[in-house]
Amino acid sequence: MSGITYNDTVVRQFSIMTVVWGIVGMLVGVIIAAQLVWPALNFDTSWLTYSRLRPLHTNAVIFAFGGSGLMATSFYVVQRTCQARLFGTALASFVFWGWTLVIVLAAITLPLGLSQGGEYAELIWPIDLLIAVVWVSYAVVFFGTIMQRKTKHIYVANWFFGAFIIAVALLHIIRSLAIPVSLTESYPLYSGATDAMVQWWYGHNAVGFFLTAGFLGMMYYFVPKQAQRPIYSYRLSIVHFWALISIYMWAGPHHLHYTALPDWIQSVGAAFSVILLAPSWGGMINGIMTLSGAWQKLRTDPILKFLIVSLSFYGMSTFEGPMMAIKSVNALSHYTEWTIGHVHSGALGWVAMITIGSLYYLIPKLFGKNEMHSIKLIELHFWVATVGIVLYVTSMWIAGVMQGLMWGAINADGTLTYSFVESLLRMIPFYIIRLLGGLMFLIGMLIMAYNVYKTTQGAEPSRILVPQTI
Amino acid sequence: MMDINTLRSIFTLLLFILFIAICIWAYSKRRKQEFEDAANIPFQADEISQPLERKKP
Repeated sequence: MSGITYNDTVVRQFSIMTVVWGIVGMLVGVIIAAQLVWPALNFDTSWLTYSRLRPLHTNAVIFAFGGSGLMATSFYVVQRTCQARLFGTALASFVFWGWTLVIVLAAITLPLGLSQGGEYAELIWPIDLLIAVVWVSYAVVFFGTIMQRKTKHIYVANWFFGAFIIAVALLHIIRSLAIPVSLTESYPLYSGATDAMVQWWYGHNAVGFFLTAGFLGMMYYFVPKQAQRPIYSYRLSIVHFWALISIYMWAGPHHLHYTALPDWIQSVGAAFSVILLAPSWGGMINGIMTLSGAWQKLRTDPILKFLIVSLSFYGMSTFEGPMMAIKSVNALSHYTEWTIGHVHSGALGWVAMITIGSLYYLIPKLFGKNEMHSIKLIELHFWVATVGIVLYVTSMWIAGVMQGLMWGAINADGTLTYSFVESLLRMIPFYIIRLLGGLMFLIGMLIMAYNVYKTTQGAEPSRILVPQTI
Repeated sequence: MMDINTLRSIFTLLLFILFIAICIWAYSKRRKQEFEDAANIPFQADEISQPLERKKP
């Protein structure tokens, strides 16, 4: 076969590892959910304690599962929409092996208790350096491909992926600035309230750019492809892109309501968070309305169910988020399980569902098949996952509101009505329901792994030519 | 004498005008065709190319 083929090798590697890391990260999640009900499950082993496994869970699901999914889809989408082979074949391989090394190092250091302590920024400085090098390579591969494009216009999915790549580089480097004192220890450059503000500028934009902009890039390619119709409004995509990326940067202080952070910064954070509803819903409406006039496809196509339900969860959690950022609502919700419910409505409902739907579209194509081994199993995965999320989110809502009300309850003489442990005991039934929900989501991923295995078994990796004329 | 808060207000106003300008640019009639073509980029020269069912009005 002559001619240039797309570099789908790196896409295949990342796609398969997305499923693997998804199972690992969610399994750790299920273990720590069980530990909250039965604390003895840490077996008195330091590296199995909740405090060490929790960052392992968040890093595994966000950076290993989500990150691999984003790299797989961005490398696939940028080649298809630019009609060009991925820039730098060796560099793209380095991105895969480098990222995998980062994940393995995280899985070793976090249970050992080596941590910088910042939420979602736990990894120690040598790993942070490696992430920076891999991430810059990722940017070179992605933007190098865009520069070699044969299409005049840069498709909107690439704008979202591009914003995600640039913003995460910026966030990671600024948050990780630290003075090393040994191979495993360092002190952050910032201190006190400034450190807290940098942390949540980083933390919330990790949500905004890693978990939102990147996955919107996924949405803007795979929803039109699976629905076989162009996006509902390309113009809306432009307006909501610029609005989303300019507003997200300022929303972080809502994580620090009623703290030592200056009051006006808290108010700025709350105001920007509320405004974020508009561009977020712009994306949600654009995705869902792509199906306008073809809703019947939802009845028969489980991949489309994944994609559209993910957008519904995106709409719900981006409504819930701005509400929780309002200071008076936050007074009830902050530090409670409600926050955990909100995060998982976004992480399982939006991020995981859109990734799973995209992978079900992508994986057969990467192995020269028309569709997955079993459509029935995709349907089963969809329902198990959806019921799991609903159990998870509703139990945490109830638990969180109850917690907030119990903590705030005051007797006539000004003393607290409930001790902390009383509120903790009331959580147990909801922790069990949450464990069940999480377990169902994990079982869904195992169904997916079996389906992927059967689809790829004995299949030849596909070699697809880059079209020479368009 | 202009103080820093006046400058901040002007900057906010400029950003708002920029946003309006992006909206007008995106929704201008002249760009209609260009963006419709752009929306079809995922369907160009596809390996399993399927016909488009919908032409947007």
